[in-house]
Amino acid sequence: MGRTQKQATARAAGRNAGAQDIRFVQGNEACVLGALYAGVGFFAGYPITPSTEIAEHLAEQLPRRGGVFIQMEDEISAMCAVCGASLAGAKAMTATSGPGFSLKQEAIGYACMAEIPCVVVDVQRAGPSTGLPTKVSQGDVNQARWGAHGDHSIVVLTASSIQDVFSITVEAFNIAETYRTPVILLFDEVVGHMREKLVIPPQGDLEVVERLRTEVRAGVNYHPYLPREDGRLPISDFGGVHRYNVTGLFHDIFGFPTEKPEEVTKLVYHLVDKIENRAHLLARHKEYYLEDAEHVIVSYGSSARSAIHLVEGRRRKGDRIGLLELQTLWPFPSQLVREKTARARNVFVVEMNMGQVKSQVKQAAVHPDRVFLVNRMDGMMVTPTDIGKVMRIIEGRGF
Amino acid sequence: MEKYRFLMSGSGGQGVITMAILLAEAAAIHEGRNAVQSQSYGPEARGGATRSDVIVSDGPIFFPKVLQPNYLVALTNEAAGKYLPLIRPGGLCLYDSDMVTPDVRVDARKKGLPLYAAVMKKLGKPVAFNICVLGALAALTEAVSLASLEKALESRFAKAHHENNRIALHLGADMARDCKD
Repeated sequence: MGRTQKQATARAAGRNAGAQDIRFVQGNEACVLGALYAGVGFFAGYPITPSTEIAEHLAEQLPRRGGVFIQMEDEISAMCAVCGASLAGAKAMTATSGPGFSLKQEAIGYACMAEIPCVVVDVQRAGPSTGLPTKVSQGDVNQARWGAHGDHSIVVLTASSIQDVFSITVEAFNIAETYRTPVILLFDEVVGHMREKLVIPPQGDLEVVERLRTEVRAGVNYHPYLPREDGRLPISDFGGVHRYNVTGLFHDIFGFPTEKPEEVTKLVYHLVDKIENRAHLLARHKEYYLEDAEHVIVSYGSSARSAIHLVEGRRRKGDRIGLLELQTLWPFPSQLVREKTARARNVFVVEMNMGQVKSQVKQAAVHPDRVFLVNRMDGMMVTPTDIGKVMRIIEGRGF
Repeated sequence: MEKYRFLMSGSGGQGVITMAILLAEAAAIHEGRNAVQSQSYGPEARGGATRSDVIVSDGPIFFPKVLQPNYLVALTNEAAGKYLPLIRPGGLCLYDSDMVTPDVRVDARKKGLPLYAAVMKKLGKPVAFNICVLGALAALTEAVSLASLEKALESRFAKAHHENNRIALHLGADMARDCKD
């Protein structure tokens, strides 16, 4: 098949002729469609399984819409290009998986410090290192939070279905633009590669936040890091009418380096508080049968699909069991988890790592000793049977 | 409607995943049902063991993987040996009788058809082999209609391939019907 034919095929792929835009797509493509819905104008990346399809589809779509796609020499330069493009005025994103995500961390820290809105997708595969390139994992939860060094805060979102991947990607851009922060979309191989029906809402149905630009005119001094009364920082497109400094060093309201302890302290608090103080506003979740649940499962990403499968089956047998599906992983929604698990006899955290979210749930829970982990980190998706087995043991009903 | 659980397996490059996508898309988009397609493969572009799972149901589908297929497609001996033991009692295994000798004893129907040879004879090239398998699978299981599969094929492939795909699809379906027991 020639290149042009291939493109024609990709264009037509899964498209429905009806009035509603319904497609049958992978999670990675749903992420692309969500990003385009939100107005992404720039992508720089370096392809890596299982995230490659995001780059592939944007390479086709962005130039057609007047956007820019660059395949860079590596993940480090890709993340740096995203920072630059975003400062210059574009909604910018990159996509990668574990090994590439490690490389991006320095520039993600830079984006936190310089308050550059951007979206970084990590479609998780099993690690550490190159690990299992084509197999699923959720082992990057803590890296997404603490991959960049130093005190900072960051927003990390996830989803378990193709429809949710689309809408959470739109949310990611909205949050990045509103709070001038990198937002990590932490998907996993199963969600990234799985295909399901996607109904694309008409433009306007989902809120799309546009960038807050400065009203300071040309020729008038612009203070890039002087917050408005509501704490937000209007941006002047870099390379446009204002000259200003952007640095990874601690900086003052002009963007110039500072070592004054009071300015340094103020900036650390600003970077952390702008996100941590809004944890309740940033918490996205779904819940199933929690009203009377004696057993509460907490899960996220593709693991949550196994969890709801088990919950539906056990509900049919009359068990009082429910699921709290987290879509915001960081800032960790401690208050939400505490409230939703408060009346539970047992809490089971289902994830594909050695308990990265479980330790957060334990901290949040009223009865930490009633929090148990159901996990797998062998590259295979955790199954409803895996969950059932652990539950039976904990409930004292044997293996 | 019963829940259809398909496991399609073979070697990278045979079109196993494409076949699975087409089946799921025909059900989800052209028949308005729920379908989920997922896949599992090694790091190789070609030649590695490939597997793709499809679930078709009228109800919601949560867990996307198939642990026990009702319907197994095996296009290599390796795949047959690995996945035949998983098949549900009373299920069906479809394989190419020139490529696969299923020597595992299972409580399931085993249907071998010389699909590859038939495609080569009819079209002179192997590209639509997977479409032929899909046609046979659809006829044997009646999980989706051939009309829906044709629509899915037309939306996924360039026009130049439509005719060959249609021929291969119906070739597979006819062969399956002819030897339905």
